[in-house]
Amino acid sequence: MSRGHPEIDREKCKGCALCVGACPEKILALSREQFNRQGLPFSTCFEPERCTACMSCAIICPDTAIRILKLVAAGGE
Amino acid sequence: MSNPILMKGNEAVGEAAIIAGCRHYFGYPITPQNEIPAYMAARMPKVGGTFLQAESEVAAINMVFGASAAGARVMTSSSSPGISLKMEGISYLSGAELPAVVVNMMRGGPGLGNIAGAQGDYFQAVKGGGHGDYRSIVLAPSGVQELADLTVKAFDLADQYRMVVIILGDGFIGQMSEPITLPEPSGRTFDKSSWALTGAKGRETHLIASMRLTPEDALEKLNLRLQAKYREIEQKEPLWEEYETGDARLLLVGFGLSARIGRSAASALRRSGITAGMFRPITVWPFPSAALARAARGKKRILVVEMNAGQMVEDVKLAVGAEAPVDFYGTLGGIAPEVDEIVERMKAHAR
Amino acid sequence: MPAETAAEKLVYQRPASLSERPNHYCPGCGHGIIHKILAQAIDELAIQERAILVAPVGCSVLAYNYLKVDGCEAAHGRAPAVATGIKRVHPDSIVISYQGDGDLLAIGMGETIHAANRGEKITVIFVNNAIYGMTGGQMAPTTLQAQKTKTSPYGRNPAEAGFPIRACELLATLEAPVFLERCAVNSVKAVLRAKRAITKGLRNQVEGRGYSFIEILSMCPTGWGVEPREASAWIDQAMVPVFPLGNLRDK
Repeated sequence: MSRGHPEIDREKCKGCALCVGACPEKILALSREQFNRQGLPFSTCFEPERCTACMSCAIICPDTAIRILKLVAAGGE
Repeated sequence: MSNPILMKGNEAVGEAAIIAGCRHYFGYPITPQNEIPAYMAARMPKVGGTFLQAESEVAAINMVFGASAAGARVMTSSSSPGISLKMEGISYLSGAELPAVVVNMMRGGPGLGNIAGAQGDYFQAVKGGGHGDYRSIVLAPSGVQELADLTVKAFDLADQYRMVVIILGDGFIGQMSEPITLPEPSGRTFDKSSWALTGAKGRETHLIASMRLTPEDALEKLNLRLQAKYREIEQKEPLWEEYETGDARLLLVGFGLSARIGRSAASALRRSGITAGMFRPITVWPFPSAALARAARGKKRILVVEMNAGQMVEDVKLAVGAEAPVDFYGTLGGIAPEVDEIVERMKAHAR
Repeated sequence: MPAETAAEKLVYQRPASLSERPNHYCPGCGHGIIHKILAQAIDELAIQERAILVAPVGCSVLAYNYLKVDGCEAAHGRAPAVATGIKRVHPDSIVISYQGDGDLLAIGMGETIHAANRGEKITVIFVNNAIYGMTGGQMAPTTLQAQKTKTSPYGRNPAEAGFPIRACELLATLEAPVFLERCAVNSVKAVLRAKRAITKGLRNQVEGRGYSFIEILSMCPTGWGVEPREASAWIDQAMVPVFPLGNLRDK
């Protein structure tokens, strides 16, 4: 059950893959056949339903390319 | 009008800086200017200012960079080898367009040299010393009163033009004591709020830097702006003194202490019936070229006297051109010329 | 209980003091992480309007482009002296000196030790990546024994080039510093600790306590010739045994 998801800015991403290594759920990977305007592959979340919103990817990202959206119950939390 | 007080040159520099509103001094001991940091160490705490003996002359000039970037009036002092250490910092201050006053009490060189007064750093002060296309305003006092007066003026020039002003003294002037009247503050103020680093409260951030890497803000643009500034200064700021130059057939040219001795020589020549005069640049940058060219007209011979192997003489030749032949008499290794030696050389030309 | 509509809340985004501008650092470089946690600390302490950042000469020479605070250039190695000048003029400002290996421990060794010794009330952030990145990968004072660089192509030989220098331990011989800590940014856990250390180093300045120094082991994938994740691993395998993590002083 998803607890949130990452928003990855593909143009800011440099394809360093530190987030790929940091993600405890192993749900991030670099794009294979797509490249951003810098000619670099970028990180994508291929199974957002398994995201726990732990923020590991965003914390490690040197380019602040990742925002984390966390699910909250309306009127609660 | 206050009574004259007896002051040593080095101490007069310190007091004049405080009169000018300088409240931050960073320095390092080196003979023959040690009285300056000692004086500031005693006086600055009394006026609520900062005195800091830095770990080196390099550290001191970089502390000057920071304090100037923060918007303060700031001074450092040293002597020849220590000024060499400051050259990178002076280039950075120039590129970042930061005001600062740097006092050099020149000593014998090159290298460790000796601790006597000399004038061997003219090239270093006027032509560069640091890297890149920059200039510093260079003031050359010839006595303790002028040292004090020019120190006050230096802070205004530095703030007005946002650049380094060098007080080019020498060990003799720094060490000698003369009765002086302490100068008054000029009363001029300069608004630094558009660029000084104070913390970006209620405004855009400020950046103090000399590096320019982008096409939009290219280094060429900065350099063009600096050059325009220097042309303006060359028009407006030359200072010089002339002694009996009007009808003179022989002209002595010197700066600082050698000019003071040269003036005595010119007087002695006049007493012996030879019409000699003295032209003394006070700003050696901007060099008073136009005034010197005028003074050189109709002169039979010009003798440049310096305590070095021939530095200002090159600027004299450039200014004078074909107006009159230029000779040079220099004393080396921290020796001051004698009036008699100058008189003899001038007499030889009078024949 | 009726079914609630789930909504999403933004729980991690660019800190306000960090510029939106994409940074020029190599993929996987630690500088980007450190700039980010520095910006977070500035935001948390609400000191953006008081902060003045002194940049080094090195890869992070343009650090002032990425942090939305007053910025100041410094000649190579001289940032602590420049920071001293600024702090003496504006004692209420928060002055941060951000430096790399050469800046702090080679050309700037004198300024580093003396600013620390005087207890200048500044915060120094030392990015230790065991190499000179900007100039293409030469040996640094922190380069490890046997580590190959452009100027130690056969590996650093202590008989010729000495041993790596431990900055925190060196400064720990001085009385004045109030905070000395070595961190890293090669894992999420390490980044969070580094951020805490930076925050403490800045809070010390807010409270007027004295000189704070935070050394951060950082990745240089390009200089080390490895992928970013390998670079992160190398910090644990090779750097931490030489540069142990932890706090050496917290007065």
